[in-house]
Amino acid sequence: MRYVVCIKQVPETTDVKINPATNTLMRDGVVSIINPFDMYAIEEGLRLKALHGGTVTILSMGPPQAESALREAIAMGADDAILLSDRAFAGSDTWATSYTLAMAIRKIANFDLIICGKQASDGDTAQVGPGIAVHLDLPQITYVRKIESLDDKTIVAERLMENGYEVIQSPLPCVLTVIKEINEPRLPSLKGKMAAKKAVITTWNAAELNCDPKCLGLDGSPTKVVKIFTPAPRQGGEVFQGEPEEFIPQLVAKMKDAVLSAAQ
Amino acid sequence: MSDPIKINEKCVFCGACVKACPFGAITQAERKTSPIIDLQKCTLCGSCVVACKFNAIWMKEKSSSGIDLSAFKDVWVFVEQQDGEIQSITYELLGEGRKLADALGMKLCAVFLGSNIQEQTKDLISHGADKVYVVDRPELAHFQDECYGNVLIELVNRHKPSVFLCGASTIGRSLVSRVAVKVHAGLTADCTGLAIDPKTLNLLQTRPAFGGNIMATIETPAARPQMATVRHKVMKEAVVNLAHQGEISMETIAEVLLQSKARRLKFIPEVETTMNIAEANIIVAGGRGLQSVDNFKLLRNLADVLGAGVGASRAAVDSNWIPYSHQVGQTGKTVCPKIYFAIGISGQIQHLAGMQSSDIIIAINKDPDAPIFKVATYGIVGDLFAIVPQLTAEFKKVLGK
Repeated sequence: MRYVVCIKQVPETTDVKINPATNTLMRDGVVSIINPFDMYAIEEGLRLKALHGGTVTILSMGPPQAESALREAIAMGADDAILLSDRAFAGSDTWATSYTLAMAIRKIANFDLIICGKQASDGDTAQVGPGIAVHLDLPQITYVRKIESLDDKTIVAERLMENGYEVIQSPLPCVLTVIKEINEPRLPSLKGKMAAKKAVITTWNAAELNCDPKCLGLDGSPTKVVKIFTPAPRQGGEVFQGEPEEFIPQLVAKMKDAVLSAAQ
Repeated sequence: MSDPIKINEKCVFCGACVKACPFGAITQAERKTSPIIDLQKCTLCGSCVVACKFNAIWMKEKSSSGIDLSAFKDVWVFVEQQDGEIQSITYELLGEGRKLADALGMKLCAVFLGSNIQEQTKDLISHGADKVYVVDRPELAHFQDECYGNVLIELVNRHKPSVFLCGASTIGRSLVSRVAVKVHAGLTADCTGLAIDPKTLNLLQTRPAFGGNIMATIETPAARPQMATVRHKVMKEAVVNLAHQGEISMETIAEVLLQSKARRLKFIPEVETTMNIAEANIIVAGGRGLQSVDNFKLLRNLADVLGAGVGASRAAVDSNWIPYSHQVGQTGKTVCPKIYFAIGISGQIQHLAGMQSSDIIIAINKDPDAPIFKVATYGIVGDLFAIVPQLTAEFKKVLGK
């Protein structure tokens, strides 16, 4: 079994603050982390390996400094890691990103399961996982909260829906996107950290992936950002404190119309 | 390969681009020196190009796709159904789609996939659809990623819509990503604002990123269809007009497209959920301040009186007080109800990311410095165990329940 886990390095959201003077994003000193949802994907790959054997390969597209995210995944126990890095990838939207990752997975060639986090915490699109599946003409199970069974040919997994969950069976290879409920990511071990230090991270560029240049980066991306702006920060409103007997009737009187109109 | 973005000799070192860059990719060592773009951080968003008054920043243009955009017509809405019942997000999309179609002078069309669904098509027409494309097949009784995707890909290729909207639900996000990749369309996730650019007639799609810390407006200048998933509860539902006329087009689909490698073995409805919180108009959410699983019944009582859904912070879900499907926030659901009660929730940025676009926020917390009060329309500082029962009783009285 070979599990390919796709990850993205993102800025830690808790660190992202707005400069109130200029109303722009302050990113100085913002720490880069592995996208939180991808941590569950890595953990699930490692768990499946422990149960069924095989290797866990981590794949990421990003600038050279994304290598640190790959080393962190190796420290958790992944076997090897590949970084896709090339100026030609700059400006990729989800179409071009899923294409590039899919071309790398094709190059990896022998794989059984592709595992992604449900979405990245910076873009929040949830589009790259299904995109990879279509580029590779594979079935997908999105929003996976549990893998019920896995053998050489088939996977059975639970997908969280808004009103319950589905049990889905798919032949391999297959693309999964996983949610938080699936597991609890482990911390890297000391041995893992040592391995991560020594590990050789493979780097592939556009030419090595045999990509169609028209499908990469800006040219391969149908969407274009027209404008980026910071929304006006929400203002705190009226504060009630003191004796609940006094302010609760006032508050409820203010809220009554909104509640009635919301109930319609 | 040459750099895709450069600062040229027209630069007067004003530093406007440094301020404009949302990604901190442009730095200026000191005044009177040319700013430097860090290409590792740059996403080619073009904010600096717009900000520069001196035309001093050159950015690579996208190569033309060579697609004839005029061949694409009409605004499509994907009809999300469960067991044949049309979901409310569909009516929100029809309401918004109507405005876009009118602005473009195009038809509003609904795309309806399912089994034994012909009775419901009238409902789509009365909500504003000028045309309904129907694929009525037993294989489509419930959502399946591959065959639903195949059918939509076929219909898009057959009829060439200009705009294609879908709910940003589990189904919508899983489905249209497949379609957009296959037809090489632009797809923008989780939009909270849609408009037509009066000059170019392109669809302007506005969406939050970085957990709502920044907003981006995105367009698809040279590809069609322009596809977007739209967040629940942001758009107004279409008004029903029983006199509205529409055409029904029964579409035939080749057998091979209805096959699926993955298949659903069973569906288990969640017992505890009485309401999908993404669709709820009112949400009563609880956090760590509730202290135990039993205290959630205080929230349920209030929710029952208000007809609300019950939400929770990550802390409450991690303590196993309530299932994960109720979690609001960055690792849970993003919700946008009319009224959101945050009870015993301190308001970490990850939680705010999931609920700060709610119309009215009411926070109850004993800590007056809790960050939740910074976003609350009404903040109540006090002991939730005293306040929530009184609040419930008062609403019960006032609403006559």
